Amino acid sequence: MSLWRMIFTNLRRHRVRTAIGATGIALGVATMLSVVGLLGGAVKMFERILRSDAEMVVFERNVSDLFFSNVDVAVAEELEKQTFVKEAQPVLFTIIAAPERPVVTCFGIRAADGRLRKGEWLQGKAADFTDDGRGVVLGERAADFLNAKVGGSIELGQETYPVAGVARMENGFENGGVFMPLLTCQKAFHKEGVCSVITVALADGHASSEVKDWMGANHAKLSALENEEFSRGYSQFKIMKTTAWVVGGCAFLLGGLSVTNTMILSVFSRIKEIAIARVCGFSKGQVAKMIFGESLMVSAIGTVAGWGLSSAGLWLLAKVPTLQGYVEPRIGWQEVAGAMALAALTAIAGALYPAWYAANLKPAEALRFE
Amino acid sequence: MTRQVWVEDVWKSFDRGRIEVLKGVSLTVPKGEIVALCGTSGCGKSTLLNVISGLEEVDRGNVRVSEYDVVQESTRIDLLRHHIGYVFQFHHLMPDLTLAENCLVPLVATGGSRAEGINRLHELAKATGVEHRLHQRVRELSGGERQRGALVRSLMNDPELLLCDEPTGALDESNREKVFDLLLDLVRSRGRTLVLATHDPDLARRCDRTVKMRDGRIEGEMN
Repeated sequence: MSLWRMIFTNLRRHRVRTAIGATGIALGVATMLSVVGLLGGAVKMFERILRSDAEMVVFERNVSDLFFSNVDVAVAEELEKQTFVKEAQPVLFTIIAAPERPVVTCFGIRAADGRLRKGEWLQGKAADFTDDGRGVVLGERAADFLNAKVGGSIELGQETYPVAGVARMENGFENGGVFMPLLTCQKAFHKEGVCSVITVALADGHASSEVKDWMGANHAKLSALENEEFSRGYSQFKIMKTTAWVVGGCAFLLGGLSVTNTMILSVFSRIKEIAIARVCGFSKGQVAKMIFGESLMVSAIGTVAGWGLSSAGLWLLAKVPTLQGYVEPRIGWQEVAGAMALAALTAIAGALYPAWYAANLKPAEALRFE
Repeated sequence: MTRQVWVEDVWKSFDRGRIEVLKGVSLTVPKGEIVALCGTSGCGKSTLLNVISGLEEVDRGNVRVSEYDVVQESTRIDLLRHHIGYVFQFHHLMPDLTLAENCLVPLVATGGSRAEGINRLHELAKATGVEHRLHQRVRELSGGERQRGALVRSLMNDPELLLCDEPTGALDESNREKVFDLLLDLVRSRGRTLVLATHDPDLARRCDRTVKMRDGRIEGEMN
């Protein structure tokens, strides 16, 4: 017989109540991991768009969103002349409207950009996408919802463009987007000569600090950051991640209430047993430990169930045909550790009052309790 | 003669002093004596037992068990863990644990040796005739077996003083006699002290001394 055996028995004999408490935690864990996983996946997808064989990204300093960043394309040409740069590719990010599709992501890129090479060409070929042409390449999903194919044309914004190719892209955003020659894109959006970012691939043996130093000396209004640095500092990512944790935290609060309710019921339904434990020599601390132990056990069951629930839910979501490529859940060990820590904290906070009440029961009074 | 229990001018009231239950009670119980507290319901027998065990705090007065001052909060846990065993009218065993597990609950409190605890459990269970029922859940036991189990639990830490509050009050006549005989045997054979609250004069007569209580006071004693 041990304290843990008593804890386990107490939970087992009130299975429904234990299940309700654990469900509260499970829903909190599942919500948190799902939201964090989904947003984390979205952030990773966006990071990959920026990355595309490059180690660094150059953008206008202090812009709130990359869509508002204006970088002179000539900077890319200047960068490519530097010995420490292997390749510098300008990319213009825009949102464009198509019939019945008010929001389509549009990437203005050069033909030399590695992005299209990485796609699986379903129609047309890479050579059909030229810098001085007007032909656009559609991601597979975009071709599907725009009902377009090679040889035809699509209406984007105020103009109609020939479809030069359809490619299956690994990234959901790219797969649902339109790739437009940079010059054509600049013209369509009245952004001649500018791009949103320049992705920079470093020459072998050179460090990112060389790009940063050069940028600081020549273009003080631009920032050059390594991809990791950019991800950490980009305010949109921060907002998304914070939102995810706040939403998850709120779910945990509800889970905490469920644990409190479970533990209060647990204490009230065995007041005499707790009193007898005191008569047998249990200290207040041991009684409190028993209640906290029960709460932590409920929380542990809930955490495992919630983890399973979120993994299954996200797996199913990723399989939904209309979401293919857009949902790329990522539940890393940090997220799991965070959820476990929050679940444990919730369990402890939820058991505070029940444990205090149980520890301070007066045994003689409790034994008279009807 | 060494005194086991010493109660001096103890007052205890409930409901913010509106209900006075003990009114200046004094009692001394020497080591090894078996004392019955007799009186009608509400005369203060159970409260006096609770006061002796430290389960109930006194309004004023002194209570000592062996060398321990029960009025001090810090000594109460130690008393309950090592020096006092308590048996109630109802067994108060945990229904979902086996009888053995219930009896081992005091060891969880003290953190005592499991091997020693199990030896002691078997010895006591044999003495009380419940050895063959140790691995049954409490809900599968008869009333008499449950009360014997409660008796085993109260003796697990080998207390010097056993307090029993109407220990046979919830049993039928045949079980009442058996359990009471057992209780006296166990206490006498081990040289322990017993303070017993009962309103049954037949049971009280079998004790070394009977203390009569009435309206919160000690009315008299009989040997």
